[in-house]
Amino acid sequence: MATDEIAKPALGETFAAGLWKENPVLRLLLGMCPTLAVTAAVKPALTMGCSVIFVLICSNIVVSLMRNLLKPHLRILMFTLTIATFVTIADLFLKAYVPEMSAKLGPYIPLIIVNCIIICRAEACASKNALMVSIVDALGMGIGFTLILCVLAAIRELLATGMIFEAQVFPAGFVGWLAMGMPVGAFITLGLLLGLANVVSKKA
Amino acid sequence: MDTFQILLMGFLSIVIINNLVFTKFLGICPYLGVSGRIDMAFGMGCAVTFVVTLSGMLTWMIDHWILRTLGLEVMQYVCFILVIAGAVQLVEMYLRKFFPSLYESFGIFLPLITTNCAILGLCLFINLWGIDNLLEAVVLSAGAGLGFTLAICIMAGIRENLKMADVPESLKGAPITLITAGLLTLAFMGFAGMIR
Repeated sequence: MATDEIAKPALGETFAAGLWKENPVLRLLLGMCPTLAVTAAVKPALTMGCSVIFVLICSNIVVSLMRNLLKPHLRILMFTLTIATFVTIADLFLKAYVPEMSAKLGPYIPLIIVNCIIICRAEACASKNALMVSIVDALGMGIGFTLILCVLAAIRELLATGMIFEAQVFPAGFVGWLAMGMPVGAFITLGLLLGLANVVSKKA
Repeated sequence: MDTFQILLMGFLSIVIINNLVFTKFLGICPYLGVSGRIDMAFGMGCAVTFVVTLSGMLTWMIDHWILRTLGLEVMQYVCFILVIAGAVQLVEMYLRKFFPSLYESFGIFLPLITTNCAILGLCLFINLWGIDNLLEAVVLSAGAGLGFTLAICIMAGIRENLKMADVPESLKGAPITLITAGLLTLAFMGFAGMIR
């Protein structure tokens, strides 16, 4: 069982890599579209994050299981089809159980199919590693993604409406910063956040 | 309003007012990745315009004539992504044969058009807006592609000049590009409300 002993210390590292060192949004600049589009408020951002975690874990499991059967030139197509299937499942689930969130997120849930994070993890991790590593990697990456989504959404929701998670934070007289809720706010906040991440990682 | 006017309005609205990049955040990855040089940006824009027109048309036809008549709406996403992957493959083969130099300079970004959210996004939006005739779907798709080309070319022009600017160390690269994009979005917001 030599492989197990090598794999065990690596698991924690794989998980932590997704949170900061290889964070999909801050470090790899993957999955920008949903990051910008759904972060006007925390609630849709959290829904989006959970859907991405679900799809990421499922697709990583399937890809990891069939990694020995894959032909190189059909690889990407197989990944995409796998992902599309799980996204359909997630979409139908959201439509059935949280219809108001599903209506709000609209086409951005099916757009998870073309989210680069998922294809990137399938290609870079799941198609080369065993089941356990792939699952942990998916979990780390997914949580890292959700975390950034929520931070960004919290900043924007707070400045645009004075509320976080629909609970009042600033006093009632606060005049909302309208631009924060619009595309402009998304681009500029994310830009500054990336800059901040650069400063922090340089100091560390 | 006659048909021509509706088409013109729809076209203008998707190129300028509801520009996919600026208002729907679609296609941000190539927008940040390829917008370093203006000639590559233009080539990328043309390739995307072609793929999006083709796949917008095909997905509309598949959706309305096959999936809806058979009651297979569940298969929508899988079918859409297959059509897009096929269209990209077509463009790739064409470019490799006739424009090898352009093909070389695109490198990895060409197959990545498949995962360009602008394309799948547009197919989904056409579905969502309930566009019910083929001509309108085609015009909207072409408009979306042109809008993307416009956005990516403006961005490339700005970034070529940005090289000479004195940007703070930690904001170099992606952060300043995003902030620029934000200011550009602000400018395009001036068009909001012009049509519908």
